[in-house]
Amino acid sequence: MTARIALALAAALVAAAAAVAWFVTPPRAVSAEVAAAASEPGDPEAGKDVFYIAGCESCHMSPDQKDPLRLGGGLELKTPFGSFYPPNISPDPVDGIGAWSAADFANALMAGVSPRGEHLYPAFPYPSYCRMSIKDVRDLFAFLHTTPPISGRGPSNALKFPFSIRRAVGFWKLLYIPKIDHPLAVDPTDEEALGRYLVNGPGHCAECHSPRDFFGGIVASRRLTGGPLPDGKGKAPNITAEGLKDWSEDDVETALSTGFTPSGDVLGSAMTAVVRSLKQVPEPDLAAIARYLKSYRPGGAP
Amino acid sequence: MRKLSVFVAMFVLGASAALAMSGADAIKARRDLMKADGAATKPVVAMLQGKARFDLATVQKALKTYQNAASKEPALFPPDSKTGDTNALPVIWDDDNMADLDARFKKLGDDAAAALATIKDEASFKAAMPGVLQSCDDCHEKYHAKRQ
Repeated sequence: MTARIALALAAALVAAAAAVAWFVTPPRAVSAEVAAAASEPGDPEAGKDVFYIAGCESCHMSPDQKDPLRLGGGLELKTPFGSFYPPNISPDPVDGIGAWSAADFANALMAGVSPRGEHLYPAFPYPSYCRMSIKDVRDLFAFLHTTPPISGRGPSNALKFPFSIRRAVGFWKLLYIPKIDHPLAVDPTDEEALGRYLVNGPGHCAECHSPRDFFGGIVASRRLTGGPLPDGKGKAPNITAEGLKDWSEDDVETALSTGFTPSGDVLGSAMTAVVRSLKQVPEPDLAAIARYLKSYRPGGAP
Repeated sequence: MRKLSVFVAMFVLGASAALAMSGADAIKARRDLMKADGAATKPVVAMLQGKARFDLATVQKALKTYQNAASKEPALFPPDSKTGDTNALPVIWDDDNMADLDARFKKLGDDAAAALATIKDEASFKAAMPGVLQSCDDCHEKYHAKRQ
């Protein structure tokens, strides 16, 4: 008798836990106001700068070719959780984002939600992109529409259990996604604010340059203090004021725009592609990034 | 006869000692060459950026430094230098990558030689030098990462 009651209680508890889990993990889209503002026409010229600051092509360009604007996706990203294959983000209406609305695009970048209403995996760095301004998101969308449509898509992600349960990303978001009021735009004349925004938003520097905890979330107190590269080969260094203490602001800017460090060494591994992208970025943006990094103390608010 | 065999044995021993550089020595030797490349490149980058005045002698010295390093580097990646105090990625010792690495060093040496012949003034410097330096990026992207 008691055993049956215990069993019934246990079953009820499991069911309740599952109900709570289902209730707290649904994908949540951006607000109607943000979606409406993001749907205003964007400026493709300005969007080009956003594209290269974010380095979209580093992950999304078609593999085995050199044109950064052929965004067919399919490059394998090996991580401890399995292999991700970034999707086609060319304006192809079938395989790319050609049929997406501007609100779909805003949802992907700012809320990590796909047009089908599912969670996206945070290998796509929306924990950073959720800080992006509405203007940058719509300008970027406009710019992507100027690139050539590429047909075809890469393989599906091959993830290990339990990371293969997409809905579980909802828990992850509860833990790691900051509550952000998406700014409409960032004042380009306020260098301090611009640097903070570019580093933590579109530039998504912290995604590689920070240690991560067991569930793959950034350890907030050690943001930007360096971390292992996702592919396990080598390390992304500490880029806070502490890690860059022997570098001047000018050294940082030179490294970002040329790839050469103060010793004449060259930034290698994954940073080579980042620098290739940053070479296309206006000088004042790189100066703002350098200034912010040189002033950022470990543990500070991003 | 006996003298001859001792002589031969000594010769063989000596030659193999010269050939069999230890892994740690190879790592140190290649690091030193790369450091010399870096030190020579530093003023060149400043000139390319317009932060330093163009100086032909400094540019030629850098190109000769690259030539020297490129000629010696291919011998400095023996199998036992895969681990140790190095930022060279283990992928270098995979499959066909060693041949690829050798080809890249040859290209750097050839490019440096060609640039020595073409660079006469600031204009020819700005036209030819970025192409030579591109080898640094290309090779480090594939084969170099901070390990700790």
